[in-house]
Amino acid sequence: MAAQGERYNPMNFLSEVAKYLTSRSQWSGLDGIPNLLTNQVEISALAVAAALITGVGAGVLLGHSRRGGFAVLNAANAARAIPSFALITLLGIQPAIVRLPEGGLVATGIAMWALAVPPVLTNAYVGTRDVDADVRSAAISIGMTSAQRFWKVELPLAMPLIMAGARTAAVEVVATATLGAYVGFNDLGSIIFSGLALHDNVETFSGAFTVALLALAVDGLMLLASRTLTPTGIRASTRRRRRRSLLARRHAPGLPG
Amino acid sequence: MSAGPLVQWSWISSEKGTILSLLVQHVELTAIAIAIGLAISLPLGILAWRARPVRAPLIGFAGVLYVIPSIALLSLVAPLTGFFSITTAEVALVSYTLLILVRNTVAGLDSVPEEVEEAARAMGYSSPQVLFKVQLPLALPSILAGTRVATVTVIGLVNVTALLGQGGLGQLIIQGFTEDFNTPVVVGLVLSVLLAGVADALLVLAERAGIPWLRRASATTR
Repeated sequence: MAAQGERYNPMNFLSEVAKYLTSRSQWSGLDGIPNLLTNQVEISALAVAAALITGVGAGVLLGHSRRGGFAVLNAANAARAIPSFALITLLGIQPAIVRLPEGGLVATGIAMWALAVPPVLTNAYVGTRDVDADVRSAAISIGMTSAQRFWKVELPLAMPLIMAGARTAAVEVVATATLGAYVGFNDLGSIIFSGLALHDNVETFSGAFTVALLALAVDGLMLLASRTLTPTGIRASTRRRRRRSLLARRHAPGLPG
Repeated sequence: MSAGPLVQWSWISSEKGTILSLLVQHVELTAIAIAIGLAISLPLGILAWRARPVRAPLIGFAGVLYVIPSIALLSLVAPLTGFFSITTAEVALVSYTLLILVRNTVAGLDSVPEEVEEAARAMGYSSPQVLFKVQLPLALPSILAGTRVATVTVIGLVNVTALLGQGGLGQLIIQGFTEDFNTPVVVGLVLSVLLAGVADALLVLAERAGIPWLRRASATTR
C-alpha cells in the first residue's frame, strides 16, 4: 500500500476517476460530458471547415499558377510558431470579443482557424505544385484548358496530400480547442481547468483522460476518412509513384537529402 | 472594461528583469526537453531501424503520445510526478519530441544507401564502426531536421506548461489574462515566436557547420 499523506495510491486514484466519470451528474446538463464534448467537436469542425475553404482555396490556386509559393510557405511556417495559448488569451481579453454573448467561442474559433490554416495551405500548395511535369504536359497536349487541368488533373492528384493536411489540422485543432475553456468557452477543457482551480486531482485527471480519448478518436477517424475519400485510381498511382521514388533514392549515388 | 493598448512600452521597461528571467526559463525548459528527447530518441530510433518488428509499435506509441493534447498530458502525468513540478512539465515536453525525433532518426538511417554500408564493410569496419562512423553521420541531416521541428514545437508548448506552474513566457500570458491587460500577452507571444525563429536559425547554422559535405554534394549535383 502507498504511504500516507501526500502520496497517491494509484488504484484508489483510478477508481475515484472511474467513479467521477461514471457518476450520473457528469452525463447531463450544460456541464455534462455530452454537452462539453459536443461544444468541442462543433468548434473544431467549424474551424477546420473554415480553414479548408480558405487554405485549400489559396493553396491550390497558388500551386496552379506556380507563383508566390516561397513567400506563402515561409509565412505559413512562421504562423506555426505562434503559440495558440497566447492567441486564444489575447483574443479572449479583447473588449470587442468579451462583449459578445459567445465571446469565448469567437476567441477560440478564430485562434483554431489560425492554427488549422498553415498545414492545410502548405499541403494543398505543395500537392498541386508537385503534380508530375509529364502528367501536366500530357494534359496540355490533349487540349485541356487551364481550368480543366486544374479540376480534372491537378486537384485530384493533390487530394492525398490535401487530406493529410486536413488530418493534421483536425487533430491539432480538436486537441488545442481544450484551451478555449481558459477564456470561458465551455468545452471538455472546463473539467481540467475546474479541477486545477479547485486542486481536485481526480477531476483534472478525468477531464484530461476524456480529452485524450477524443483526440485519439478524431485522429483515427480522419485517417479512415482520408483513405476512403482518396479515389482508388489515385491511391494506386501514389503507391506506384512512392515506390518509384523509394527505388530511385536507394539507387541514387551520393548522399541522403 | 478595457485591456489597454496592445503594447504599453512603460510596462515593458519597468518589467524588463522579470521578462528576461522568464525568457531564460523558457530557453532552459526547451533545452532540457530537447536534450532528454534526443538522448531517448536516438537509441530508440536505432533500435526501431534495426529491429523491424519493434518499429510499428514504437512509432505508434510515440504517435499516441503526440496526439494527446498538451494540457491533458500534463494533467495525466501530474498525479505521478507532482502537480506544479518541473518534472511534470519536462515529461510532457519530452513526450512530444519522441515521435518527431524517432521517426526522423529511422528515416535518416533508412536513406543511407546500401552501397555505402557495403563499402565500409569491405574496408574492414566492424558493425559498431559502420553505425557510428558511416551510417549515423549520414543520417545527421534528417536527425537535425527533426530536431528543428521538435524545438519549434516545444517552444510553443512550454507556454501551456505555465498552466501547471512551470512555463517561462507562458507566465506572462497568464498574467495578462488574470489582469485583463494586453501587454504581457503580446510580449509573451512575440518573444515566443522570436525565440522559435532564433532557435531554428541557430540549428540551421549548426547543420551547415556540422555537415560540410552536404553543401559540397549539392553543389556537385547541381
